Amino acid sequence: MNKPQSGAIVLLTFSLTILAAVIAIGLGSVTIAVPEIIKTLFSASSTAVHDTIIWDIRLPRVLLAMIIGANIAISGALLQAVMGNPLADPGLTGVTSGAAVCVLIIMLAAPEYTQFIPLAAFVGGLFAATIVYALAWRRNGISPITIILSGVAVNALCGGGIGYLSIIYSDRLPSAVQWLNGSLAAKGNNALFMVFPYAIVGWILSIFAIRKANIIRMGDQVASNLGENVNRIRISLSILAVFLAAISVAAIGMIGFVGLVVPHMARLLVGSNYKYLLPMSMALGALVLLLADTGGRTLFSPLEIPAGILMAVVGGPYFLYLMRRGKF
Amino acid sequence: MFTVDSISIRYEQKNAISNFSFAVKQGEVVSIIGPNGSGKSTLLKAVARHIPYHEGSVEFEGVNLKSMNAKQVARNMCMLSQKNQAPSDMTVIDLVSYGRYPHKKWFEKLNNEDMEIVHWALERTHITAYKDRTVASLSGGESQRAWIAMALAQRPKVLLLDEPTTYLDISHQHEVLELVRELNRDMGMTVVMVLHDLNQASSYSDSIVVVQAGEKVMSGTPNQVMTPDMIRQVYRMDAEIDYLSTEKKPRIHLLSTAR
Repeated sequence: MNKPQSGAIVLLTFSLTILAAVIAIGLGSVTIAVPEIIKTLFSASSTAVHDTIIWDIRLPRVLLAMIIGANIAISGALLQAVMGNPLADPGLTGVTSGAAVCVLIIMLAAPEYTQFIPLAAFVGGLFAATIVYALAWRRNGISPITIILSGVAVNALCGGGIGYLSIIYSDRLPSAVQWLNGSLAAKGNNALFMVFPYAIVGWILSIFAIRKANIIRMGDQVASNLGENVNRIRISLSILAVFLAAISVAAIGMIGFVGLVVPHMARLLVGSNYKYLLPMSMALGALVLLLADTGGRTLFSPLEIPAGILMAVVGGPYFLYLMRRGKF
Repeated sequence: MFTVDSISIRYEQKNAISNFSFAVKQGEVVSIIGPNGSGKSTLLKAVARHIPYHEGSVEFEGVNLKSMNAKQVARNMCMLSQKNQAPSDMTVIDLVSYGRYPHKKWFEKLNNEDMEIVHWALERTHITAYKDRTVASLSGGESQRAWIAMALAQRPKVLLLDEPTTYLDISHQHEVLELVRELNRDMGMTVVMVLHDLNQASSYSDSIVVVQAGEKVMSGTPNQVMTPDMIRQVYRMDAEIDYLSTEKKPRIHLLSTAR
Protein backbone atom coordinates (compact mmCIF):
# COMPACT_ATOMS: atom_id res chain seq x y z
CA MET A 1 0.00 0.00 0.00
CA ASN A 2 1.31 3.37 -1.04
CA LYS A 3 2.30 5.29 2.09
CA PRO A 4 1.64 8.95 1.24
CA GLN A 5 -1.68 7.81 -0.18
CA SER A 6 -2.64 5.97 3.01
CA GLY A 7 -1.81 9.05 5.07
CA ALA A 8 -3.98 11.19 2.79
CA ILE A 9 -6.88 8.77 3.06
CA VAL A 10 -6.69 8.90 6.86
CA LEU A 11 -6.72 12.71 6.84
CA LEU A 12 -9.58 12.76 4.34
CA THR A 13 -11.63 10.41 6.52
CA PHE A 14 -11.05 12.57 9.58
CA SER A 15 -12.23 15.64 7.65
CA LEU A 16 -15.25 13.76 6.34
CA THR A 17 -16.14 12.68 9.86
CA ILE A 18 -16.03 16.26 11.13
CA LEU A 19 -18.16 17.41 8.20
CA ALA A 20 -20.66 14.62 8.89
CA ALA A 21 -20.74 15.67 12.54
CA VAL A 22 -21.64 19.26 11.68
CA ILE A 23 -24.40 18.08 9.34
CA ALA A 24 -25.70 15.59 11.94
CA ILE A 25 -26.01 18.39 14.49
CA GLY A 26 -28.44 20.09 12.11
CA LEU A 27 -30.66 17.05 11.61
CA GLY A 28 -33.63 16.22 13.80
CA SER A 29 -37.10 17.41 14.63
CA VAL A 30 -35.80 20.96 14.32
CA THR A 31 -33.55 21.27 11.28
CA ILE A 32 -30.73 23.75 11.63
CA ALA A 33 -28.70 25.00 8.68
CA VAL A 34 -24.93 24.50 8.68
CA PRO A 35 -23.99 28.24 8.78
CA GLU A 36 -26.23 28.65 11.83
CA ILE A 37 -24.57 25.64 13.51
CA ILE A 38 -21.12 27.05 12.94
CA LYS A 39 -22.23 30.43 14.23
CA THR A 40 -23.65 28.83 17.37
CA LEU A 41 -20.56 26.74 17.98
CA PHE A 42 -17.99 29.47 17.51
CA SER A 43 -19.75 32.66 18.54
CA ALA A 44 -23.04 33.72 19.98
CA SER A 45 -26.09 32.09 18.47
CA SER A 46 -29.00 34.01 17.01
CA THR A 47 -31.68 32.27 19.04
CA ALA A 48 -31.68 30.78 22.50
CA VAL A 49 -33.60 27.76 21.24
CA HIS A 50 -30.85 26.82 18.82
CA ASP A 51 -28.34 27.38 21.56
CA THR A 52 -30.08 24.84 23.79
CA ILE A 53 -30.67 22.31 21.03
CA ILE A 54 -27.09 22.39 19.85
CA TRP A 55 -25.16 22.70 23.10
CA ASP A 56 -27.34 20.59 25.38
CA ILE A 57 -28.79 17.94 23.09
CA ARG A 58 -27.26 17.40 19.67
CA LEU A 59 -23.57 18.20 20.19
CA PRO A 60 -23.14 15.91 23.24
CA ARG A 61 -24.92 13.12 21.41
CA VAL A 62 -22.87 13.52 18.22
CA LEU A 63 -19.62 13.67 20.18
CA LEU A 64 -20.63 10.66 22.25
CA ALA A 65 -21.43 8.61 19.14
CA MET A 66 -18.08 9.55 17.61
CA ILE A 67 -16.03 8.81 20.72
CA ILE A 68 -17.73 5.45 21.30
CA GLY A 69 -17.44 4.49 17.63
CA ALA A 70 -13.74 5.32 17.67
CA ASN A 71 -13.21 3.37 20.90
CA ILE A 72 -14.90 0.19 19.71
CA ALA A 73 -13.16 0.30 16.33
CA ILE A 74 -9.72 0.73 17.91
CA SER A 75 -10.54 -2.04 20.34
CA GLY A 76 -11.44 -4.37 17.45
CA ALA A 77 -8.32 -3.46 15.48
CA LEU A 78 -6.12 -4.19 18.52
CA LEU A 79 -7.82 -7.51 19.27
CA GLN A 80 -7.36 -8.51 15.64
CA ALA A 81 -3.61 -7.87 15.87
CA VAL A 82 -3.26 -9.65 19.18
CA MET A 83 -5.32 -12.68 18.22
CA GLY A 84 -3.91 -12.77 14.70
CA ASN A 85 -7.46 -13.05 13.50
CA PRO A 86 -9.58 -10.59 11.48
CA LEU A 87 -12.76 -11.83 13.15
CA ALA A 88 -11.67 -10.86 16.64
CA ASP A 89 -13.97 -8.07 17.76
CA PRO A 90 -15.12 -7.13 21.25
CA GLY A 91 -18.68 -8.22 20.43
CA LEU A 92 -17.98 -11.59 18.86
CA THR A 93 -15.36 -12.53 21.44
CA GLY A 94 -17.76 -11.86 24.31
CA VAL A 95 -15.90 -8.89 25.84
CA THR A 96 -18.91 -6.63 25.27
CA SER A 97 -21.43 -8.98 26.85
CA GLY A 98 -19.08 -9.77 29.73
CA ALA A 99 -18.88 -6.06 30.45
CA ALA A 100 -22.65 -5.72 30.02
CA VAL A 101 -23.45 -8.40 32.60
CA CYS A 102 -21.37 -6.65 35.24
CA VAL A 103 -22.87 -3.25 34.42
CA LEU A 104 -26.34 -4.72 34.60
CA ILE A 105 -25.63 -6.23 38.01
CA ILE A 106 -24.87 -2.76 39.33
CA MET A 107 -27.74 -1.07 37.46
CA LEU A 108 -30.35 -3.54 38.67
CA ALA A 109 -29.06 -5.07 41.90
CA ALA A 110 -27.02 -2.25 43.36
CA PRO A 111 -28.18 1.03 41.80
CA GLU A 112 -26.64 2.99 44.68
CA TYR A 113 -23.17 2.18 43.34
CA THR A 114 -23.56 3.61 39.82
CA GLN A 115 -20.18 5.34 40.06
CA PHE A 116 -18.56 1.91 39.81
CA ILE A 117 -20.18 1.11 36.45
CA PRO A 118 -17.01 1.76 34.36
CA LEU A 119 -14.94 -0.38 36.72
CA ALA A 120 -17.53 -3.15 36.65
CA ALA A 121 -17.57 -3.07 32.85
CA PHE A 122 -13.77 -3.32 32.75
CA VAL A 123 -13.72 -6.26 35.16
CA GLY A 124 -16.47 -8.06 33.24
CA GLY A 125 -14.70 -7.48 29.92
CA LEU A 126 -11.39 -8.76 31.29
CA PHE A 127 -13.11 -11.80 32.71
CA ALA A 128 -14.70 -12.62 29.33
CA ALA A 129 -11.40 -12.07 27.49
CA THR A 130 -9.62 -14.40 29.91
CA ILE A 131 -12.21 -17.13 29.34
CA VAL A 132 -11.92 -16.73 25.56
CA TYR A 133 -8.14 -17.00 25.75
CA ALA A 134 -8.33 -20.04 27.98
CA LEU A 135 -10.78 -21.76 25.63
CA ALA A 136 -9.28 -20.74 22.31
CA TRP A 137 -5.63 -21.16 23.14
CA ARG A 138 -3.85 -23.89 21.26
CA ARG A 139 -0.18 -24.65 21.13
CA ASN A 140 0.16 -23.02 17.73
CA GLY A 141 -1.77 -19.89 18.60
CA ILE A 142 -5.43 -19.12 18.20
CA SER A 143 -7.39 -20.36 15.23
CA PRO A 144 -10.27 -18.32 13.75
CA ILE A 145 -12.71 -21.14 14.40
CA THR A 146 -11.88 -21.60 18.08
CA ILE A 147 -12.05 -17.85 18.71
CA ILE A 148 -15.59 -17.71 17.31
CA LEU A 149 -16.63 -20.85 19.17
CA SER A 150 -15.28 -19.54 22.46
CA GLY A 151 -16.99 -16.23 21.74
CA VAL A 152 -20.26 -18.07 21.17
CA ALA A 153 -19.80 -19.87 24.49
CA VAL A 154 -19.02 -16.69 26.42
CA ASN A 155 -21.85 -14.79 24.73
CA ALA A 156 -24.28 -17.58 25.56
CA LEU A 157 -23.13 -17.58 29.17
CA CYS A 158 -23.47 -13.82 29.45
CA GLY A 159 -26.79 -13.88 27.60
CA GLY A 160 -28.03 -16.29 30.27
CA GLY A 161 -26.77 -13.93 32.95
CA ILE A 162 -28.51 -10.96 31.35
CA GLY A 163 -31.73 -12.98 31.00
CA TYR A 164 -31.59 -14.06 34.64
CA LEU A 165 -30.98 -10.51 35.85
CA SER A 166 -33.86 -9.19 33.72
CA ILE A 167 -36.26 -11.71 35.21
CA ILE A 168 -35.46 -11.28 38.88
CA TYR A 169 -35.30 -7.48 38.57
CA SER A 170 -38.12 -7.16 36.04
CA ASP A 171 -39.58 -4.22 37.97
CA ARG A 172 -36.42 -2.18 37.42
CA LEU A 173 -35.80 -3.37 33.89
CA PRO A 174 -37.33 -0.53 31.81
CA SER A 175 -34.55 1.82 32.90
CA ALA A 176 -31.97 -0.62 31.59
CA VAL A 177 -33.60 -1.60 28.29
CA GLN A 178 -32.49 1.52 26.39
CA TRP A 179 -28.98 0.97 27.65
CA LEU A 180 -29.00 -2.74 26.75
CA ASN A 181 -29.90 -2.02 23.14
CA GLY A 182 -27.06 0.43 22.69
CA SER A 183 -29.05 3.62 22.49
CA LEU A 184 -27.56 7.08 22.64
CA ALA A 185 -30.89 8.73 23.31
CA ALA A 186 -31.11 10.99 26.34
CA LYS A 187 -27.56 10.33 27.45
CA GLY A 188 -26.63 13.99 27.31
CA ASN A 189 -23.57 15.45 28.89
CA ASN A 190 -23.32 12.94 31.75
CA ALA A 191 -22.31 9.99 29.59
CA LEU A 192 -20.05 12.23 27.54
CA PHE A 193 -18.19 13.56 30.58
CA MET A 194 -17.97 10.04 31.99
CA VAL A 195 -16.45 8.50 28.88
CA PHE A 196 -14.27 11.35 27.62
CA PRO A 197 -11.38 11.21 30.12
CA TYR A 198 -11.12 7.44 29.82
CA ALA A 199 -11.20 7.69 26.02
CA ILE A 200 -8.34 10.19 26.01
CA VAL A 201 -6.26 7.84 28.15
CA GLY A 202 -7.14 4.92 25.86
CA TRP A 203 -6.23 6.84 22.72
CA ILE A 204 -2.88 7.96 24.08
CA LEU A 205 -2.06 4.38 25.07
CA SER A 206 -3.14 3.28 21.58
CA ILE A 207 -0.49 5.50 20.02
CA PHE A 208 2.10 3.58 22.01
CA ALA A 209 0.47 0.32 20.92
CA ILE A 210 0.96 0.90 17.19
CA ARG A 211 4.49 -0.44 17.02
CA LYS A 212 3.75 -3.46 19.18
CA ALA A 213 0.62 -4.24 17.17
CA ASN A 214 2.69 -4.14 13.99
CA ILE A 215 5.11 -6.65 15.44
CA ILE A 216 2.61 -9.05 16.96
CA ARG A 217 0.47 -9.20 13.80
CA MET A 218 3.37 -11.02 12.12
CA GLY A 219 2.91 -13.94 14.47
CA ASP A 220 4.44 -15.11 17.74
CA GLN A 221 7.55 -16.57 16.25
CA VAL A 222 8.57 -13.51 14.26
CA ALA A 223 7.78 -11.24 17.20
CA SER A 224 9.94 -13.31 19.48
CA ASN A 225 12.71 -13.36 16.86
CA LEU A 226 12.62 -9.59 16.93
CA GLY A 227 13.31 -9.62 20.64
CA GLU A 228 9.79 -9.07 21.89
CA ASN A 229 8.18 -10.65 24.91
CA VAL A 230 5.16 -12.01 23.05
CA ASN A 231 3.03 -12.72 26.10
CA ARG A 232 3.65 -9.31 27.58
CA ILE A 233 2.55 -7.60 24.35
CA ARG A 234 -0.46 -9.86 24.05
CA ILE A 235 -1.62 -9.19 27.60
CA SER A 236 -1.05 -5.44 27.53
CA LEU A 237 -2.71 -4.88 24.16
CA SER A 238 -5.64 -7.09 25.17
CA ILE A 239 -6.11 -5.10 28.37
CA LEU A 240 -6.11 -1.87 26.36
CA ALA A 241 -8.65 -3.28 23.90
CA VAL A 242 -10.88 -4.47 26.74
CA PHE A 243 -10.57 -1.09 28.43
CA LEU A 244 -11.71 0.79 25.31
CA ALA A 245 -14.62 -1.58 24.74
CA ALA A 246 -15.63 -1.62 28.41
CA ILE A 247 -15.89 2.15 28.85
CA SER A 248 -18.07 2.22 25.73
CA VAL A 249 -20.36 -0.42 27.18
CA ALA A 250 -20.48 1.46 30.47
CA ALA A 251 -21.55 4.61 28.64
CA ILE A 252 -24.09 3.41 26.12
CA GLY A 253 -24.49 -0.36 26.33
CA MET A 254 -23.96 -3.07 23.77
CA ILE A 255 -23.10 -2.06 20.23
CA GLY A 256 -21.96 -4.88 18.02
CA PHE A 257 -20.10 -5.17 14.75
CA VAL A 258 -18.36 -1.77 14.83
CA GLY A 259 -15.18 -3.51 15.97
CA LEU A 260 -15.51 -6.05 13.18
CA VAL A 261 -16.73 -4.02 10.22
CA VAL A 262 -14.72 -0.85 10.70
CA PRO A 263 -11.16 -2.27 10.92
CA HIS A 264 -12.00 -4.46 7.95
CA MET A 265 -13.05 -1.48 5.85
CA ALA A 266 -10.05 0.46 7.10
CA ARG A 267 -7.74 -2.36 6.05
CA LEU A 268 -9.19 -2.29 2.54
CA LEU A 269 -8.56 1.45 2.35
CA VAL A 270 -5.14 1.95 3.97
CA GLY A 271 -3.61 -1.54 4.32
CA SER A 272 -2.63 -3.48 7.39
CA ASN A 273 0.14 -1.25 8.78
CA TYR A 274 -1.16 -0.13 12.17
CA LYS A 275 0.47 3.26 11.75
CA TYR A 276 -2.37 3.97 9.33
CA LEU A 277 -4.85 1.27 10.30
CA LEU A 278 -5.30 2.45 13.87
CA PRO A 279 -6.02 6.15 13.13
CA MET A 280 -8.12 5.07 10.15
CA SER A 281 -10.17 2.74 12.35
CA MET A 282 -10.59 5.58 14.82
CA ALA A 283 -11.89 8.03 12.18
CA LEU A 284 -14.02 5.48 10.40
CA GLY A 285 -15.43 4.08 13.66
CA ALA A 286 -16.46 7.59 14.67
CA LEU A 287 -18.08 8.13 11.27
CA VAL A 288 -19.88 4.78 11.19
CA LEU A 289 -21.44 5.06 14.63
CA LEU A 290 -22.33 8.70 13.98
CA LEU A 291 -24.16 7.62 10.82
CA ALA A 292 -25.86 4.74 12.66
CA ASP A 293 -27.04 6.99 15.46
CA THR A 294 -28.11 9.86 13.23
CA GLY A 295 -29.85 7.43 10.89
CA GLY A 296 -31.53 5.75 13.83
CA ARG A 297 -32.98 8.98 15.17
CA THR A 298 -33.99 10.60 11.87
CA LEU A 299 -34.96 7.87 9.39
CA PHE A 300 -38.12 6.70 11.16
CA SER A 301 -38.81 9.84 13.16
CA PRO A 302 -40.60 10.24 15.52
CA LEU A 303 -39.69 6.60 16.20
CA GLU A 304 -36.12 6.18 17.34
CA ILE A 305 -34.04 3.09 16.52
CA PRO A 306 -31.12 2.53 18.92
CA ALA A 307 -27.74 2.74 17.15
CA GLY A 308 -26.88 -0.74 18.43
CA ILE A 309 -29.85 -2.23 16.62
CA LEU A 310 -29.08 -0.39 13.41
CA MET A 311 -25.46 -1.58 13.61
CA ALA A 312 -26.65 -5.18 14.05
CA VAL A 313 -28.95 -4.87 11.04
CA VAL A 314 -26.10 -3.60 8.88
CA GLY A 315 -23.23 -5.46 10.56
CA GLY A 316 -24.80 -8.93 10.60
CA PRO A 317 -25.01 -9.24 6.81
CA TYR A 318 -21.52 -7.75 6.47
CA PHE A 319 -20.22 -10.47 8.79
CA LEU A 320 -21.99 -13.13 6.69
CA TYR A 321 -20.43 -11.60 3.59
CA LEU A 322 -16.96 -11.86 5.17
CA MET A 323 -17.61 -15.51 6.04
CA ARG A 324 -18.77 -16.20 2.50
CA ARG A 325 -15.70 -14.56 0.99
CA GLY A 326 -13.54 -16.62 3.34
CA LYS A 327 -11.67 -13.45 4.23
CA PHE A 328 -10.16 -14.69 7.48
CA MET B 1 30.20 -19.95 19.35
CA PHE B 2 27.67 -21.68 21.50
CA THR B 3 27.39 -24.87 23.49
CA VAL B 4 24.29 -26.80 24.37
CA ASP B 5 25.02 -28.69 27.56
CA SER B 6 22.80 -31.66 28.48
CA ILE B 7 19.46 -29.92 28.03
CA SER B 8 16.09 -31.58 28.46
CA ILE B 9 12.82 -30.21 27.16
CA ARG B 10 9.45 -31.44 28.32
CA TYR B 11 6.35 -31.10 26.21
CA GLU B 12 3.08 -32.05 27.86
CA GLN B 13 4.79 -34.16 30.57
CA LYS B 14 6.88 -36.13 28.09
CA ASN B 15 10.53 -35.59 27.41
CA ALA B 16 10.83 -34.27 23.86
CA ILE B 17 14.57 -33.82 24.23
CA SER B 18 16.61 -35.61 26.85
CA ASN B 19 20.08 -34.83 28.05
CA PHE B 20 21.20 -33.34 24.74
CA SER B 21 24.59 -31.75 24.16
CA PHE B 22 26.30 -30.33 21.13
CA ALA B 23 28.56 -27.44 20.27
CA VAL B 24 28.71 -25.08 17.31
CA LYS B 25 31.92 -23.33 16.30
CA GLN B 26 32.12 -19.85 14.87
CA GLY B 27 31.67 -19.85 11.08
CA GLU B 28 30.35 -23.40 10.90
CA VAL B 29 27.31 -24.74 9.08
CA VAL B 30 25.70 -27.37 11.30
CA SER B 31 22.75 -29.50 10.21
CA ILE B 32 20.44 -31.33 12.55
CA ILE B 33 18.88 -34.41 10.97
CA GLY B 34 16.54 -37.12 12.19
CA PRO B 35 13.15 -38.70 11.50
CA ASN B 36 9.83 -36.86 11.89
CA GLY B 37 8.97 -36.24 15.50
CA SER B 38 12.50 -36.88 16.71
CA GLY B 39 12.72 -33.43 18.30
CA LYS B 40 14.93 -31.61 15.78
CA SER B 41 12.78 -28.51 15.57
CA THR B 42 12.11 -28.53 19.31
CA LEU B 43 15.85 -28.44 19.88
CA LEU B 44 16.29 -25.50 17.53
CA LYS B 45 13.40 -23.60 19.10
CA ALA B 46 14.89 -24.05 22.56
CA VAL B 47 18.24 -22.71 21.35
CA ALA B 48 16.41 -19.71 19.85
CA ARG B 49 14.61 -19.37 23.20
CA HIS B 50 11.18 -19.62 21.59
CA ILE B 51 10.37 -22.44 23.99
CA PRO B 52 11.89 -23.04 27.43
CA TYR B 53 14.23 -25.88 28.28
CA HIS B 54 13.92 -27.48 31.67
CA GLU B 55 17.35 -28.84 32.49
CA GLY B 56 20.88 -28.20 31.35
CA SER B 57 22.19 -24.95 29.94
CA VAL B 58 22.86 -23.15 26.69
CA GLU B 59 25.84 -20.84 26.59
CA PHE B 60 26.23 -18.28 23.86
CA GLU B 61 29.80 -16.94 23.63
CA GLY B 62 30.23 -17.86 27.27
CA VAL B 63 27.02 -16.15 28.41
CA ASN B 64 24.12 -18.20 29.71
CA LEU B 65 21.15 -17.84 27.37
CA LYS B 66 18.72 -17.53 30.27
CA SER B 67 20.54 -14.49 31.61
CA MET B 68 20.04 -12.52 28.39
CA ASN B 69 16.98 -10.41 27.75
CA ALA B 70 14.84 -10.92 24.66
CA LYS B 71 16.47 -8.10 22.69
CA GLN B 72 19.97 -9.34 23.43
CA VAL B 73 18.97 -12.76 22.16
CA ALA B 74 17.47 -11.14 19.05
CA ARG B 75 20.71 -9.29 18.33
CA ASN B 76 22.68 -12.53 18.55
CA MET B 77 20.50 -14.96 16.65
CA CYS B 78 17.50 -15.19 14.43
CA MET B 79 15.40 -18.24 13.71
CA LEU B 80 13.28 -18.79 10.61
CA SER B 81 10.68 -21.49 10.44
CA GLN B 82 9.71 -23.57 7.44
CA LYS B 83 6.78 -21.39 6.56
CA ASN B 84 6.47 -17.72 7.37
CA GLN B 85 3.55 -15.54 6.58
CA ALA B 86 3.68 -11.80 6.17
CA PRO B 87 0.56 -9.62 6.18
CA SER B 88 -0.78 -9.76 2.63
CA ASP B 89 -0.01 -6.15 1.74
CA MET B 90 3.49 -5.97 3.23
CA THR B 91 6.26 -5.13 0.78
CA VAL B 92 9.62 -6.86 0.77
CA ILE B 93 11.49 -3.77 1.88
CA ASP B 94 9.04 -3.21 4.76
CA LEU B 95 9.50 -6.80 5.88
CA VAL B 96 13.28 -6.54 5.76
CA SER B 97 13.15 -3.23 7.66
CA TYR B 98 11.53 -5.03 10.60
CA GLY B 99 14.86 -6.80 11.03
CA ARG B 100 16.27 -3.54 12.39
CA TYR B 101 13.70 -3.47 15.16
CA PRO B 102 15.75 -5.25 17.88
CA HIS B 103 18.40 -2.55 17.49
CA LYS B 104 16.00 0.29 18.09
CA LYS B 105 14.42 1.74 21.18
CA TRP B 106 10.65 2.02 21.05
CA PHE B 107 10.65 5.67 20.02
CA GLU B 108 13.50 5.47 17.51
CA LYS B 109 12.89 5.58 13.79
CA LEU B 110 15.03 3.88 11.18
CA ASN B 111 17.93 6.14 10.17
CA ASN B 112 20.15 6.13 7.07
CA GLU B 113 22.47 3.56 8.59
CA ASP B 114 19.55 1.20 9.17
CA MET B 115 18.37 1.67 5.62
CA GLU B 116 21.89 0.95 4.37
CA ILE B 117 21.84 -2.33 6.26
CA VAL B 118 18.38 -3.11 4.87
CA HIS B 119 19.59 -2.50 1.32
CA TRP B 120 22.70 -4.53 1.98
CA ALA B 121 20.51 -7.44 3.16
CA LEU B 122 18.35 -7.16 0.02
CA GLU B 123 21.50 -7.15 -2.10
CA ARG B 124 23.00 -10.17 -0.34
CA THR B 125 19.88 -12.24 -0.85
CA HIS B 126 19.46 -11.03 -4.45
CA ILE B 127 16.01 -9.62 -4.01
CA THR B 128 16.71 -5.91 -4.54
CA ALA B 129 14.69 -6.09 -7.75
CA TYR B 130 11.62 -7.22 -5.81
CA LYS B 131 11.87 -4.75 -2.96
CA ASP B 132 8.63 -2.90 -3.73
CA ARG B 133 6.57 -6.01 -4.41
CA THR B 134 4.45 -7.58 -1.70
CA VAL B 135 5.93 -10.62 0.01
CA ALA B 136 2.71 -12.51 -0.76
CA SER B 137 3.25 -12.10 -4.51
CA LEU B 138 6.69 -13.76 -4.46
CA SER B 139 7.40 -17.40 -5.29
CA GLY B 140 8.26 -19.77 -2.45
CA GLY B 141 11.99 -19.45 -2.97
CA GLU B 142 11.90 -15.68 -3.34
CA SER B 143 9.80 -15.27 -0.24
CA GLN B 144 12.14 -17.52 1.76
CA ARG B 145 14.98 -15.27 0.57
CA ALA B 146 13.04 -12.20 1.70
CA TRP B 147 12.69 -13.71 5.18
CA ILE B 148 16.39 -14.55 5.24
CA ALA B 149 17.03 -10.91 4.26
CA MET B 150 14.96 -9.81 7.24
CA ALA B 151 17.06 -12.09 9.45
CA LEU B 152 20.25 -10.63 7.96
CA ALA B 153 19.07 -7.09 8.62
CA GLN B 154 18.96 -8.12 12.26
CA ARG B 155 22.75 -8.67 11.95
CA PRO B 156 22.67 -11.85 14.02
CA LYS B 157 25.78 -13.88 14.76
CA VAL B 158 23.92 -17.13 14.22
CA LEU B 159 21.20 -17.97 11.75
CA LEU B 160 18.86 -20.77 12.85
CA LEU B 161 16.83 -22.29 10.01
CA ASP B 162 14.05 -24.76 10.70
CA GLU B 163 13.58 -26.86 7.56
CA PRO B 164 14.16 -23.91 5.22
CA THR B 165 13.48 -26.00 2.13
CA THR B 166 10.46 -28.09 3.11
CA TYR B 167 7.82 -26.25 1.12
CA LEU B 168 9.99 -25.50 -1.91
CA ASP B 169 10.50 -27.33 -5.18
CA ILE B 170 14.01 -28.65 -5.88
CA SER B 171 15.36 -25.65 -7.79
CA HIS B 172 14.19 -23.28 -5.07
CA GLN B 173 15.63 -25.63 -2.43
CA HIS B 174 18.95 -25.40 -4.19
CA GLU B 175 18.66 -21.62 -4.44
CA VAL B 176 18.06 -21.22 -0.69
CA LEU B 177 20.85 -23.61 0.31
CA GLU B 178 23.28 -21.92 -2.09
CA LEU B 179 22.38 -18.63 -0.45
CA VAL B 180 23.07 -20.13 2.97
CA ARG B 181 26.46 -21.35 1.74
CA GLU B 182 27.25 -17.95 0.25
CA LEU B 183 26.40 -16.14 3.49
CA ASN B 184 28.55 -18.60 5.38
CA ARG B 185 31.56 -18.30 3.07
CA ASP B 186 31.46 -14.56 2.36
CA MET B 187 30.39 -13.28 5.75
CA GLY B 188 31.42 -16.12 8.03
CA MET B 189 27.81 -16.43 9.21
CA THR B 190 27.33 -19.34 11.59
CA VAL B 191 24.32 -21.40 10.52
CA VAL B 192 22.42 -24.14 12.34
CA MET B 193 19.64 -25.73 10.32
CA VAL B 194 17.22 -28.61 10.48
CA LEU B 195 17.15 -30.53 7.20
CA HIS B 196 15.29 -33.55 5.93
CA ASP B 197 17.27 -34.38 2.83
CA LEU B 198 20.39 -36.38 3.75
CA ASN B 199 22.28 -35.38 0.62
CA GLN B 200 21.58 -31.71 1.22
CA ALA B 201 22.71 -32.08 4.83
CA SER B 202 25.83 -33.87 3.65
CA SER B 203 26.84 -31.43 0.95
CA TYR B 204 26.03 -28.14 2.71
CA SER B 205 27.23 -28.81 6.26
CA ASP B 206 30.56 -28.80 8.05
CA SER B 207 29.09 -30.85 10.80
CA ILE B 208 25.94 -32.93 11.35
CA VAL B 209 24.02 -33.80 14.51
CA VAL B 210 21.75 -36.85 14.35
CA VAL B 211 18.67 -36.93 16.58
CA GLN B 212 16.43 -39.88 17.30
CA ALA B 213 13.57 -39.91 19.79
CA GLY B 214 14.89 -36.81 21.53
CA GLU B 215 18.37 -38.18 22.05
CA LYS B 216 21.61 -37.56 20.25
CA VAL B 217 22.70 -40.53 18.18
CA MET B 218 25.97 -39.08 16.97
CA SER B 219 27.60 -35.97 15.59
CA GLY B 220 30.59 -35.20 13.44
CA THR B 221 31.63 -34.36 9.89
CA PRO B 222 29.44 -35.65 7.05
CA ASN B 223 32.06 -38.33 6.36
CA GLN B 224 31.90 -39.56 9.95
CA VAL B 225 28.14 -39.39 10.33
CA MET B 226 26.79 -40.61 7.00
CA THR B 227 27.20 -44.35 7.30
CA PRO B 228 24.90 -47.20 6.20
CA ASP B 229 24.71 -48.25 9.85
CA MET B 230 23.50 -44.82 11.03
CA ILE B 231 20.89 -44.67 8.27
CA ARG B 232 19.64 -48.16 9.04
CA GLN B 233 19.44 -47.44 12.75
CA VAL B 234 17.79 -44.02 12.51
CA TYR B 235 15.71 -44.20 9.34
CA ARG B 236 15.31 -47.97 8.90
CA MET B 237 16.51 -47.70 5.32
CA ASP B 238 19.27 -49.54 3.50
CA ALA B 239 21.64 -47.17 1.77
CA GLU B 240 24.75 -47.12 -0.32
CA ILE B 241 27.17 -44.29 0.20
CA ASP B 242 29.86 -42.93 -2.11
CA TYR B 243 32.77 -41.51 -0.17
CA LEU B 244 34.33 -39.42 -2.90
CA SER B 245 37.38 -38.18 -1.02
CA THR B 246 38.19 -36.70 2.36
CA GLU B 247 37.66 -33.23 0.88
CA LYS B 248 34.36 -33.96 -0.79
CA LYS B 249 31.10 -34.73 0.94
CA PRO B 250 29.65 -38.26 0.80
CA ARG B 251 26.65 -38.99 -1.47
CA ILE B 252 23.86 -41.12 -0.11
CA HIS B 253 21.74 -43.43 -2.27
CA LEU B 254 18.75 -44.80 -0.45
CA LEU B 255 17.88 -48.30 -1.59
CA SER B 256 14.95 -49.81 0.27
CA THR B 257 13.28 -50.06 3.64
CA ALA B 258 15.42 -52.17 5.97
CA ARG B 259 13.90 -55.36 7.31
